Amino acid sequence: MRMTYMDANASEAPRPQAAAAMLAALAQAGNPSSIHAAGRAARKVLEDAREVVAARFGGRPADLVFTSGGTEADALAVHALGQGRRVLIGATEHDAIRAAAPDAPPLPVDGNGVVDLDALAARLAEGPALVCLMLANNETGVLHPITAVAELCRAHGALLHVDAIQAAGRMAVDLAVLGATSLALSAHKLGGPMGAGALLLAPDVALRAQLPGGGQERGRRGGTPALPAIAGFAAAVQACAPRDLAPLRDRIAAAATACGAVEIGAAAPRLGNTLCLGLPGVRAETQVIALDMAGVQVSAGAACSSGKVGRSHVLAAMGLGALAGEAIRISLPWNVTEDDIAHTIAAYCAMAARLRRGAAA
Amino acid sequence: MTARPNRPIYLDNQATTACDPRVLAKMLPWFTEQYGNPHSAEHVMGQAAEAAVEAARAEIAALIGADIREIVFTSGATESNNIAIKGAARFAARAGDPRKRIITLATEHKCVLESVADLAEDGFEPVVLPVRPDGILDPEVLRAALATPTLLVSVMAVNNETGVIQDIAGLAALAHAAGALFHTDAAQATGKIPLDVAAMRLDLLSISGHKLYGPKGVGALYVRRRPRVRLAPLFSGGGQERGLRSGTLPAPLVIALGEACRLAGQDMAADAARIATLRDRLLSGLRAAIPGLIINGNWDHRIPGNLNLTFPAGTAAGLMRVMPELCVSTGSACSSAAVEPSYVLRALGLSDETAGRTLRVGIGRFTSAAEIDAACALFAAAYATLTEA
Repeated sequence: MRMTYMDANASEAPRPQAAAAMLAALAQAGNPSSIHAAGRAARKVLEDAREVVAARFGGRPADLVFTSGGTEADALAVHALGQGRRVLIGATEHDAIRAAAPDAPPLPVDGNGVVDLDALAARLAEGPALVCLMLANNETGVLHPITAVAELCRAHGALLHVDAIQAAGRMAVDLAVLGATSLALSAHKLGGPMGAGALLLAPDVALRAQLPGGGQERGRRGGTPALPAIAGFAAAVQACAPRDLAPLRDRIAAAATACGAVEIGAAAPRLGNTLCLGLPGVRAETQVIALDMAGVQVSAGAACSSGKVGRSHVLAAMGLGALAGEAIRISLPWNVTEDDIAHTIAAYCAMAARLRRGAAA
Repeated sequence: MTARPNRPIYLDNQATTACDPRVLAKMLPWFTEQYGNPHSAEHVMGQAAEAAVEAARAEIAALIGADIREIVFTSGATESNNIAIKGAARFAARAGDPRKRIITLATEHKCVLESVADLAEDGFEPVVLPVRPDGILDPEVLRAALATPTLLVSVMAVNNETGVIQDIAGLAALAHAAGALFHTDAAQATGKIPLDVAAMRLDLLSISGHKLYGPKGVGALYVRRRPRVRLAPLFSGGGQERGLRSGTLPAPLVIALGEACRLAGQDMAADAARIATLRDRLLSGLRAAIPGLIINGNWDHRIPGNLNLTFPAGTAAGLMRVMPELCVSTGSACSSAAVEPSYVLRALGLSDETAGRTLRVGIGRFTSAAEIDAACALFAAAYATLTEA
């Protein structure tokens, strides 16, 4: 059976350059904190990677803290920047942010999942805050207007943490252009290995470690850096070339809507690779399993929670009602082919025809 | 004239180890071909990654005598230590436990000492016990400290600078008798000495991937289930690892750690015997060339791969400068950029001046006899250069 991987937002298809860089780093013995030749060679790999990642996302190498992944980067930002401030998060944020600020009342979003700027302004007027908003949503691909949010934050003296984990590698992302205080990044969402991520800070933002240890990462994150994963991260960042996947995505969307699907978030700016499709009357889990049996791998909501299938909090916050439990995410990998698109369309329409008949009966 | 090796001789296997080619071979397909997110339980690629992750978990559990459900994956031993120490303390405090005392040793890894220091700011009472001059904790010192009700005792199984092995089972028994939990940082011990968490009655144990020929960026924490040890997570998110450690599991790294543990279990005795032979060969060569060489740390309770050596003259930094082709260290790697003398050696009673004449030599699975001979010659020549000048 033909297998088509359409779950890039869970984990992006790896880039060959990343694998090569990982291998090269694995062939090195040294600990980057050691001062001997092997240690210095390892240190060079680490610092070269830091330069590549920082430069690509609009920051300085000294302001980049490598972490074990996106969740740790988000948690570190909330832990360190949220001290003494109210934490305001969007209603559609990833669980990494929601769990880091469990008591934060969420900022409302509109029907497309875009944050309500008037509501944000009102909340910012209440006192010092840390605002956490994702650049692109993991389930719908919908973008928040981060530059406008940053202006509001600046006007009110608030800090702004941007979870750019899904956006990085799929669109231009620049900390300075966005005007954010910090940016969370994940290697495996842009074709690098799992096990590396980063928090990129605006110049002169001090950070207190959540995970202290041997003083690595300028005292901002202890532990021996995950050198092979970090080398793969940087190589993947370098390999990321803009490829507009929206025309391919839209072909799936057009075919699916003709089969009775509802395209979610289509009226807002969004990532070109992400498609969120609701199929009224058919549970999301049923759709995902049917597609998997047809060889097309997609997901219902975020991968981390996909073991526990429930209603998507993202879609619920967008006011989708019952459809929030009837939507799947199709996310195109960077190396998607025409055949992948055709396979996905065929599988989706066959699935929709069969299950909708069942739902109607 | 000594024959100069054409690549550095790596004798710093307590700082990090080379990734075993067998580990690498096992890991690579999970990055290049089977790259699904192990939490994507609904499709085949996710399920394949999840199954491999669980097989790796079983290998780790098997190496230390744990149940598979007792293994939590982390980004490394630093994170494992932070979760174990802060997690146990914070959970107990939230549950209303009045005990505030956390006991550890002066010779612990920096991340343990800093975790404990962080807890002091939360109102806990850290107690940092001294060790004997041979690096071993006197059990009576622990027994006395435990007279005050104590939440947690954290003692590393094998010291990263001296290679000294503590009597973990005995210390755990003392802690339990006083009602305290017992954690051990086994980053240097796992795969080097036999560990059995059930027989040793340990509550928490930290493992590092890159200290046992696996990759950097992955580790594990053993958390006892019966009786259950409760921890507060350090950070939260998608709720992976039973809510104790959120974040996508790095499937290739985790699978590599499993393979590294499987190989360690399989090769432990043979590795230890071979490494001990190399260690003895190096030591007899060095002793012949450098009279008055001192070995720090208890000789009978140590891993074979470590020598912590005080030279009778010269300085450690000077020696390292004149033999750049030899990778050895003045202390733990994380702080080796710092010029301060090792706090571990200070705790053994060495003066700053003596500590400044001390080097750590770490022999590993991939060290050859030829490298040992070359290292011996380099040491002898460097020492002669330094002391004749």
